[in-house]
Amino acid sequence: MALLEVNNLCISFGGLRAVDDFNLSIEKGELYGLIGPNGAGKTTVFNLLTGVYKPNEGIIRLEGQDITRKSTIEINHAGIARTFQNIRLFKNMSVMDNVKVGLNERFKYSTLEGILHLGKYSKVEKEMDAEAEKLLKVFDLDKEKDILASNLPYGKQRKLEIARAMATNPKLLLLDEPAAGMNPNETKELMDTIALVRREFDMTILLIEHDMKLVSGICEKLTVLNFGRVLCQGETKAVLSDPEVIKAYLGE
Amino acid sequence: MSSFLTYLISGLSLGSIYAIIALGYTMVYGIAKMLNFAHGDFIMVGCYIIFTVSGALSGNSIVGILVAIVLCTLLGITTEFVAYRPLRGAASPLAVLITAIGVSYFLENLALLIFGADIKSFTSVIKWEGLTFAGGDLRIQGVTIVTIAISVIVLIVLQLFIKKTRQGQAMLAVAEDKGAAALMGINVNKTIMLTFAIGSALAAIAGALLCSAYPSLSPYTGAMPGIKAFVAAVLGGIGSIPGAMIGGLVLGIVEILSKTYISSQLSDAIVFGILVVVLLVKPTGILGKKIQEKV
Amino acid sequence: MKLTMNKKTKDNLITYGIVVVAFAVFQLLAVTGNLSSHMKGLLVPMTYYAVIAVALNLCVGILGELSIGHCGFMCIGAFTSAFFSKVTEESLPTAPRFILAFVIGIAFAALFGFLIGIPVLRLKGDYLAIVTLAFGEIIKNVINAFYIGVDSKGVHFSLKNAMELGMEPDGQLIVNGAMGITGTPHNSSFTVGIIVLLLALFVVQNLVNSRDGRAIMAVRDNYIAAEATGINVTRYKMMAFIISAAIAGAAGVLFSHNITTLTASSQYFGYNASIMILVYVVLGGIGNIRGSVIAACILYLLPELLRGFNTYRMLIYSIVLIVMMIYSWSPKVLEWRKRTLGNINFPWKKQRA
Repeated sequence: MALLEVNNLCISFGGLRAVDDFNLSIEKGELYGLIGPNGAGKTTVFNLLTGVYKPNEGIIRLEGQDITRKSTIEINHAGIARTFQNIRLFKNMSVMDNVKVGLNERFKYSTLEGILHLGKYSKVEKEMDAEAEKLLKVFDLDKEKDILASNLPYGKQRKLEIARAMATNPKLLLLDEPAAGMNPNETKELMDTIALVRREFDMTILLIEHDMKLVSGICEKLTVLNFGRVLCQGETKAVLSDPEVIKAYLGE
Repeated sequence: MSSFLTYLISGLSLGSIYAIIALGYTMVYGIAKMLNFAHGDFIMVGCYIIFTVSGALSGNSIVGILVAIVLCTLLGITTEFVAYRPLRGAASPLAVLITAIGVSYFLENLALLIFGADIKSFTSVIKWEGLTFAGGDLRIQGVTIVTIAISVIVLIVLQLFIKKTRQGQAMLAVAEDKGAAALMGINVNKTIMLTFAIGSALAAIAGALLCSAYPSLSPYTGAMPGIKAFVAAVLGGIGSIPGAMIGGLVLGIVEILSKTYISSQLSDAIVFGILVVVLLVKPTGILGKKIQEKV
Repeated sequence: MKLTMNKKTKDNLITYGIVVVAFAVFQLLAVTGNLSSHMKGLLVPMTYYAVIAVALNLCVGILGELSIGHCGFMCIGAFTSAFFSKVTEESLPTAPRFILAFVIGIAFAALFGFLIGIPVLRLKGDYLAIVTLAFGEIIKNVINAFYIGVDSKGVHFSLKNAMELGMEPDGQLIVNGAMGITGTPHNSSFTVGIIVLLLALFVVQNLVNSRDGRAIMAVRDNYIAAEATGINVTRYKMMAFIISAAIAGAAGVLFSHNITTLTASSQYFGYNASIMILVYVVLGGIGNIRGSVIAACILYLLPELLRGFNTYRMLIYSIVLIVMMIYSWSPKVLEWRKRTLGNINFPWKKQRA
């Protein structure tokens, strides 16, 4: 059984079919790329997968469980975490607290215990701190743990967003243009980070990308979207040499 | 029956005043995307100017109104330039709202310092007695007729201005998308300034009418009508000019009728209750349109 | 107890310390006869304004939603507790009655926080602010129309006038419309006020340093990201709003048990009063709980201490409010500050939650 199984997904805005008959199947452990020109509907697919938009038609299954009409929150609890094209951090909170928000649903004590700092509070907080520090170390953010997220350099903000997503212990990680706005050095570092996440957490990843080099370098499989429809799907090499894809990307 | 008609007409008159104030609110909200909490206080400033100038000129209220319109326009432009423009594009949407509250506080307390807290009795700027119908059973005051007439004229002129002039079209463009408007060569700052100028001039007119109908003037005269006019603007659909008109009239009628037939204590609660219900049932108001945040 | 104290814990202790020291100083002044009776009369109001400032900062600074109707919750706490104290004045001893009055005032304010929160928290920004104002005014107006009396047959209620109640001759009119409640026992004292303030600080500061507090701030900073991180946005918004309303209710209990005639007047419960609290919060630093307490106390006492200042105080506050907003939020000013001041870390910056 595939980890993520998407069948016949459709959504229209007004009269426009933003995503039409979209199918996708991702196996556990895969690093899967979703590419396509601007406005092809890539982020819309992410928003459908994470419950931000509800599809007009189609079914989304995570480990066989139907999550199609679930809320964003339920989908996260079911095991999908994501990052955003335009970074969305909790800017006025520390790096550490950003990650601890990600841990919020996994380490629990009651509101009353929280307000009184009694009961399980100290024990659970310590566990959270340990877990958060572990994650920050993996992403090489442990030295910055006490500074505000907004004061991090751009590349590290991207990393923190991934670290926060990983803190929710997802089965599937969605990365929305992680290399957007990065210079070649930062992009290189990001590729290492993604490789690290796979290795360290044995993570299944679906990523949207513009940067062809990044995609061809790390993704095993690709889906190419154009005008909301799947243009081509399969092994990276085969997809990139497909004449239709070359046409869509480079023109005739 | 004729007493009901009288109340209905006085509701229409109050509603027309709300409508003129609401026009200012709705234009500023629609175009600059900010709640100018101080808008009601511009009305109060206008009233004090008319009061002072007319007093100095032994009752020549026409000059008073003209001076008030000019000074309120300047006040609107200055406020926008000094207090609101620096906060355009601020990371927190609360910043400009708190600043507007600050401006409101500033104007009220400045008036308090200059004119004192005692209530001034305002001489109506409309001297016309009005009309009598049904053999004296139904009398409509001059100020009522003039108020309703002026609000209709203002509405028509504004609609024409927006539809037919370059500046009006620029306002629509800025309301739709500031960035795109700037790329099309529209001077966004100037357009927003013009919006404030028009809104503030309308506030002066509304002030003259408000204080003619309810002739007591204090530093807090404008605050409540200002907030209620915002309710009217929301009711009609924020950003919509005909909406502000409809919202104002509905609100004025509801207020007067509930004061008469339900309870004078509860009429304000009913007016604010309308705001709550509208925002829950149809947050875009009667004539507004929907905007969704992009993810 | 650990020797190496958490930085946040240390910060919290400093806040409690400041309150306790201020309490000791004022008590010392009072005991040695250095406090005029006028000043003594200001101490309890100072504490309830500090309490409601803490409550409002939870809403504005931590939850990130501007409320300009918080005095409405204070009003609910004041009236429900005063009603209870009036009715049970004969039958209950002072201490348990006053404690129960707090429980009732806080519970009702929290209940209304919940009921009002349902519609309000679905809105955002300006709309949310104006609807809190609307609810504040509605509460005030409705309470002004209440007539409630108690006689041997039970409780009577009317929205018209006292005659409508149809009470027996021995009945007692408790809430008399716009005349409010007269003769609530004077149980509030400076000491009680300080205890309530310390408890309010304890609740808010501990909340901020708990998982719920982090979730609330996450919602404030970016609700879309919070949802994608599995945070139940509605739940946490509601939690913060209810706790904030409850604390405002506690301020109301202090208020009503410190005043002879309690009326739902605009002076105390209207939106202008709520804006005054907002001034305390903004000048103390949005999100800075300690700052709110200090600002509330200083800004409340200042006009009383400086003769002549009273006339200009509101004018000055309003200018400071505008200048502070522009200084800390204007994109151009921020850019200029970055260029000229560099990355100087001001000590008060760290406090921001």
